[in-house]
Amino acid sequence: MLRSLPHLLGIEGLTRDEILFILDQAKPFQEFQRNPLKKLATLRGKSVALAFFESSTRTRISFATAAARLGADSMNLQAEASSLKKGESLSDTIRTLEAMRPDGFVIRHSSSGAAAFIAERVDVPVLNAGDGMHEHPTQALLDALTIRDRKGKLDGWNITILGDIIHSRVARSNIHLLSKFGARITLCGPPMWVPREFEAIAPNVRRTACIEEALRDADIVMVLRVQTERLHEPALAPEEYILRYQLTRERLCMARPDALVLHPGPMIRGLEIDPAVADGPQSAVLEQVTNGLAVRMALLYHLVGRAPLDAPHPAKDRSNASD
Amino acid sequence: MRVVEKRQLLSADEISRTLKRLAHEILEMSAGSGDLALLGVRRRGVPLAERLAKLMKESAGLDVPVGTLDITLYRDDLSTVGAQPVLHSSNIDFSVDGRDLVVVDDVLYTGRTIRAAMNALFDLGRPRRVRLCVLIDRGHRELPVEATFIGRTVQTSDTEIVEVRLREVDGEERVMLVDRVSD
Repeated sequence: MLRSLPHLLGIEGLTRDEILFILDQAKPFQEFQRNPLKKLATLRGKSVALAFFESSTRTRISFATAAARLGADSMNLQAEASSLKKGESLSDTIRTLEAMRPDGFVIRHSSSGAAAFIAERVDVPVLNAGDGMHEHPTQALLDALTIRDRKGKLDGWNITILGDIIHSRVARSNIHLLSKFGARITLCGPPMWVPREFEAIAPNVRRTACIEEALRDADIVMVLRVQTERLHEPALAPEEYILRYQLTRERLCMARPDALVLHPGPMIRGLEIDPAVADGPQSAVLEQVTNGLAVRMALLYHLVGRAPLDAPHPAKDRSNASD
Repeated sequence: MRVVEKRQLLSADEISRTLKRLAHEILEMSAGSGDLALLGVRRRGVPLAERLAKLMKESAGLDVPVGTLDITLYRDDLSTVGAQPVLHSSNIDFSVDGRDLVVVDDVLYTGRTIRAAMNALFDLGRPRRVRLCVLIDRGHRELPVEATFIGRTVQTSDTEIVEVRLREVDGEERVMLVDRVSD
């Protein structure tokens, strides 16, 4: 099914069926996380280059754990320690890594389009772990898996995304994914962070600067982290953000009674989200993390695990071997 | 290259009688074992294990738990094929620790599937004992694997395939020997 998918660069180019396939393939890996022994030999001998040009703890550890549990090794590149600081170009850094012959790349970079740039230059699968403000496909996939598990289905929900939309690759990927499943999406945040152009990304997307209006009838509320460095461009004091846009318990009550609360993490408790909500029964933030591991294992299994597309087929057809 | 049906190895009736006999054999050779459980290897091992459990319930009133095992992640031939095989879930809602397990599959051939099943099983815990039950043993072992409970042993050649068709999976019920012939 993913035979024709050499890389995972974004959600925008995926079909509904491809997305559902990935979610279905994540299920065995969700169960796997409950095994006493969490170590497979499936990708033994393979290595995955984790090229994180932008700092990240959670996503990097998630991918590293996914690779390790599948039996693969990882090559760890981290921005702070990287040669980029010494002036090396992205091309050269990737070529250096490629010379060590990894079987796949996981890329996080601060420039939109970086993952595609790298995919054009290497011969192995590339998984986008977040490129600039463009896409964060594995986040949207784990969010979708969480929604499907908790709410029973993925189609037709009212989704509200709260916060700094314009700078959020998580928002973009989620808008692409959920609109393929008939979602009605409401974007809400300070107006300068929720530009009109977003209404054109996908059908059924609307904006509002009023959080009460955004939450009415919401089935799912996605809270985005406030990147505190941006609270000063132009000035929107944290206190004002909290006053107008924090997801408090009272505000959550304006959504549907069984509304699900998601946050990609890391959370700033007391800023974009009330701690009581973050820890409350409607919050699925911890499941998101576990599901992230499952989704990434499924993707590594299918993309990095397979033989190069031009590999010869085995001579003996083992029809009785297993099916 | 095409596939030609050579002969029927087991009819629906014979499958049914064979399973009855196997259920009795397993019970007899597990007498008093309070921790017996069956594990069906996906795909066709699963309905076979379920039927065996049902037969055990009918004949001895015993409730033997049944789990299903997907061994795809443990295969030794991954990445020799173009695309990765689709994964399915294993489903074992009992602990395997200390259990007297009987792994159930439709055909025993090279033994590689069972090697993978053992690896999968031992990642889940430490059973007291593991034995194998198969409907057909077709020989050509490539690993030191043996079945304790065998429905029927059949001599086959390398190009032949033993096709087990079960109503739960294939909508019909019989075991065929088919051959591959070049056109």
